[in-house]
Amino acid sequence: MTTAIAVSGLVKDFGPRTRALDGLELQVETGEVHGFLGPNGAGKTTTIRVLLGLLRADDGHVALLGGDPWHGAAGLHRRLAYVPGEVNLWPNLTGGEVIDVLGDLRGGLDPHRREELLERLQLDPTKKIRAYSKGNRQKVALVAAFSSDVELYLLDEPTSGLDPLMEAVFQDLVQELRADGRSVLLSSHILAEVEALCDRVTIIRAGRAAESGTFDDLRHLTRTSVVVDTAKPLGSVGQWPGVHDARVHDRHAELSVDPGELNHLLGRLVDLDVRSIITSPPTLEELFMRHYGEDIAVSARDAAEAVMAR
Amino acid sequence: MSGFTGTFRLVRLALRRDRITLPAWILGMAGFLAATTAMFEDSYERHPQLLEPDTRIVVENPGMRVLGLVTGSSVGGYTLHRDALTLAVLAAMMSVLAVVRHTRQSEELGREELLGAGVVGRYASLTAAVLVALAANVVLVVLLGLGMVVAGQPAAGSLVAGASIALVGVAFTGVAAVTSQLASTARGAIGLAGAGLGVSFMLAALGNMLGTVDSAALRVTSAWPAWLSPIGWGQQLRPFADNTWWPLGLAVVVLASLCSLAVVLVGKRDVGRGMWPERRGAAHASPALLSSAGLVWRLQRGALLGWVIGLLGFGLVFGALSDQIGGLEGEATEWYTTFGGDVDLLGAYWASMMQMAGMAVAIYVVTLLLRLHHDEAQGELEAVLGTAVSRVRWLGAYAVNALVGSVLLLLVFAVAMALTGGQVLGGTGSLLRDLIGAALIQLPAIGVLGAAVVTVIMLLPRWSVGLSWALVVGSVFAGPMFGPSLGLPTWLVDLSPFTHVPNAPAVDPTIGPIFGLCLACGLLTAAAVLLLRRRNLTLPA
Repeated sequence: MTTAIAVSGLVKDFGPRTRALDGLELQVETGEVHGFLGPNGAGKTTTIRVLLGLLRADDGHVALLGGDPWHGAAGLHRRLAYVPGEVNLWPNLTGGEVIDVLGDLRGGLDPHRREELLERLQLDPTKKIRAYSKGNRQKVALVAAFSSDVELYLLDEPTSGLDPLMEAVFQDLVQELRADGRSVLLSSHILAEVEALCDRVTIIRAGRAAESGTFDDLRHLTRTSVVVDTAKPLGSVGQWPGVHDARVHDRHAELSVDPGELNHLLGRLVDLDVRSIITSPPTLEELFMRHYGEDIAVSARDAAEAVMAR
Repeated sequence: MSGFTGTFRLVRLALRRDRITLPAWILGMAGFLAATTAMFEDSYERHPQLLEPDTRIVVENPGMRVLGLVTGSSVGGYTLHRDALTLAVLAAMMSVLAVVRHTRQSEELGREELLGAGVVGRYASLTAAVLVALAANVVLVVLLGLGMVVAGQPAAGSLVAGASIALVGVAFTGVAAVTSQLASTARGAIGLAGAGLGVSFMLAALGNMLGTVDSAALRVTSAWPAWLSPIGWGQQLRPFADNTWWPLGLAVVVLASLCSLAVVLVGKRDVGRGMWPERRGAAHASPALLSSAGLVWRLQRGALLGWVIGLLGFGLVFGALSDQIGGLEGEATEWYTTFGGDVDLLGAYWASMMQMAGMAVAIYVVTLLLRLHHDEAQGELEAVLGTAVSRVRWLGAYAVNALVGSVLLLLVFAVAMALTGGQVLGGTGSLLRDLIGAALIQLPAIGVLGAAVVTVIMLLPRWSVGLSWALVVGSVFAGPMFGPSLGLPTWLVDLSPFTHVPNAPAVDPTIGPIFGLCLACGLLTAAAVLLLRRRNLTLPA
């Protein structure tokens, strides 16, 4: 069984000054739903366009379903379906016509599946594309993609225009694909969606994979937050090894602790007679914010420097 | 807050957006008029005795009256006859594009929604667009007039000449204000206004052709159809002779009524929608749509239908004029002999008409091929190439449609011309055969221009629209219809693919130039394919 997507050291420049992808690593195993997370402008869409052979990699190795997407694009595309983030279609065709055209250009679609999907996503196929809202245009692309019987689905922020009801339908559909053994690359910044659907995630930041792995892997890399009440004063807990961001109020403390230091911390807390303790593993949101937050900090610093430079 | 609140600010926004576009249109037109005026001024300064006989030819020949009117013998009037139709069409298109750009296109792209959410009245965008187009036409009057004055023409006549052109722009400002309300896309609004322009041209041409010539053969009194057309009104100003101003009032009345109608329509419709309700369509694609070529066919069949109707009309008219050609004398004869008519003047007339049709079809092909760039820049291409369609097949889909469309249009023109030509001259059967051959021989030159445009799209996607039209305009003006008359150097004339089209049916075609054109077409296509396979796509962010 080959890997569905194997990207290593991928570099993509737009002109001499703009490096969109800077040594990206991305590995999607066959049969997994892989989350692709990152702030706007991190390079998610660029990566997917390189995977589709629409953009040419400047450096690095890209394998899609075991083939080279730049040279074998059309042949590989028979085996995958793509939902773009910004769905631009022909304004004077109807939704139904577009679904049929796209399905046929890919090598045919299943008419029963098409009807079922139209029903489940509540899409009227007789309207012209220009009369659809963003969410409905997205549904057109989703129906076209999910009516095709393919091995790999590339979904670029496919639910950004869907309402919560449709979002739930979408999640059901992806679960069914997973049960069927299909591979999915799901680019998104809706964390709840990724948490609900994905086996593994890659977090991309400024064109690099900041982290990659299962949620458990990622959690183990990240600090646990601890809220503790003790009988004796907590005092110098803030200086203990592995403890960060401690806020101590006499016998109550809120702090976070490095992954390897939790056991050690507990040992020392026992001496202070623990009354209650809550430890919570980091949520995906916290994981994401850690990287996202650095970005915000960096861009704020850049902006400040730019102002100073004037 | 009135319905016009914010108009002034929107005018400033529009002027800022058009700060390159509108000056380029106006200066281009004024420069063209000044250059051609200077050329004729120079040539008639050396041979003043030719001016009156040349003018008589233009007045007496109904075919020449299609282009416009000349009244009395003057260099300015004679020049304007050559340029007026081109300039009138350009002035109309400048106005239509400006109005649509700031109304329907803004709505289509969703900008109007953002503007409308500000302190902006319901009619402000429309009013601003009309004011900007109107201002452009006022500047156009002055600069066109200035262009002729600089080239040595009397001031009063020059100014009237400028007004006779800008009058068409003013009327079509009003037309575009209404079509922008009717159609729900910019493309549709421009197409409707363009159809109006075509009708306007046909009415003026018909009115002039059916007009009566005075005894001195220096003045045509147009028949009534010319009075139904803004292009006709412009001609009735008769610059450098009567210098009549009052038909300008007709254009102003039309502008005012059409703008009032547009305002009423704006008040009746939703932002983002046209007056014509969105119809429902098929829930399933028809089998004909299910291929990349079928998809392209579907996307452009409406435009093709318009071209078929246009070329059918022109073919019928020009065929019916065939029996007028035998009576030609003087300069007109010389012009036709450049199409190989030493012995066969009629054959030369047909050859020149076929070349004209060839250039028109080339324009259609370029509009079609520029959709390649549109697909890429607007993002539809992303969805197509995300399927099993390869880049080269996508290009092939357009090439097939360009070929089928060109053949169809050329055949329609040839058959139409042969039908009416056979009617006035007899011998429809052999004429049909000759004209179909003469029409299809235009294909290689059309192919060269098409392949050049595709190469430009692949090489410089961001600049491709402007460069492509520059190629078209350059090829037409350097070509056999205008190049020699404009006194362009031979090497430049030879660069136009149209120069190398055999002058069938006047002269039997030789294989050499046809082979050369096919070779050039093939090489350019190969270059385009290579570039397409190598480059990144310029998709929207």
